Amino acid sequence: MKKLMNPKSMTEIVAQQMLFRLLLVALLAVMLTGLGYAVLSLPLQAPGLSEAVAKNLETSGVSNPVTAVLINFRAYDTLLEMGVLLLALLGVWSLGGEPEQRESSPGAVLDMLPRLLVSVLILVAGYLLWDGGHAPGGAFQAGSVLGAVGVLLLLAGWHPSARLVRLPLRIALVAGLGMFVVMGMVLILMGRRLLEYPPAQAGAIILLIEATATLSIAITLASLFLGGRPNSGARK
Amino acid sequence: MEAVTVDAVSMFETVTMLHWAFDAVLGFALLWLAWLALTSQDLFKAIVLFIAFGLLMALAWVRLDAPDIALAEAAIGAGLTGALLLSALARLKSKHNTRADHEKVDESEVHD
Repeated sequence: MKKLMNPKSMTEIVAQQMLFRLLLVALLAVMLTGLGYAVLSLPLQAPGLSEAVAKNLETSGVSNPVTAVLINFRAYDTLLEMGVLLLALLGVWSLGGEPEQRESSPGAVLDMLPRLLVSVLILVAGYLLWDGGHAPGGAFQAGSVLGAVGVLLLLAGWHPSARLVRLPLRIALVAGLGMFVVMGMVLILMGRRLLEYPPAQAGAIILLIEATATLSIAITLASLFLGGRPNSGARK
Repeated sequence: MEAVTVDAVSMFETVTMLHWAFDAVLGFALLWLAWLALTSQDLFKAIVLFIAFGLLMALAWVRLDAPDIALAEAAIGAGLTGALLLSALARLKSKHNTRADHEKVDESEVHD
C-alpha cells in the first residue's frame, strides 16, 4: 500500500505546530492592534441617526426608540429576520427527525420548577411585550422568554401531542412572518408603501405585529431545542 | 459653601472611578471567560463557561446603555444557546456511546 505522506518524526511535527501557533498569534496581534486603533479613534459620542429617530418618534406610534426603529422605521429588516429564523428552523428540520425520547423521570427539582416558573414566565413575557412600547422590551425579548418556557417544558418531559404537531405548529411558526407580509400587502393595497404605517393606527399595528412575532419566535426557539422534525405519529 | 462644592466634586469623581473600575473588571472577566471557554478540555465545562460569558456580556450591554440588547443576550445568548449546546453535547455523547457499543460487538464477532 503506497504511503501518501512521508513519515515525519515527532519533533518535526511538534516544531511545525509551534510555528503555526506563533504565526497565528502574530496575525491575531496585528489584527488586535488594528481594531484597537480603529475603536480608539472613533468619536466618543457619535449621534448617528438618533436625532432623526427622536424627531419622528411621535409619528411612529410608540415611545421607545428601539421598538420604533425595529418595527416601524426598519420594519423590513425585522421581516427578513423572521424569515431567517424560519429558515434556521427549516435547516434543523431538514437534518432529520427528533431524537427518540427515552423514558426517564425528571428529578425532584425539574419536576417542581416548571410548575412554579411556567406561569410566571408567561406573565413576564406578556409584560415585556406590552412594555416594549415605552421601555426596554419588545417582541424578541418576550419571544425568547416564552421560548425558554417551551425549553423548560421539553426538559421536564412534556412532548406536544401528535395533533398539535401537524398543522397548528406549522401555522404558529409561520404566523410572525405571515403577519408582517399580510400587513405590508394591506398597506400597499391601501395606497401606501410597503410597511408604511398610518400614524393614527401605528400603535395598534405595531402591537398586533409584535404579538404574532412573539408567538412565532417562542415556538421557533422551542422547536429548535426539540432537535429535529417533530414526530407526528404517522409511520413513514 | 466652598466645602460643600468640593465634596460634591470628589463624590462625582469617586463614582466615575467606580464606573471605570467596574468596566475594567468586566472587560477583563469577559476576556478571561472567553479564553477559558475556548481552551478547556471538557466540553461540558466549556458550555457552562459560555453561559457565564453570556451573562457577563448582558452586563456589558447594560453598561453600554443598550438594555434591549442586554435582555435579548441574557435570554437567547446565555439561556437558549446554552441549552441548545448542552442538548447537542448529550446527543454527541449518546451517539459516541452507541458507536462504541457497536464496535465492541463487532470485535467480539471477529474474535469468535
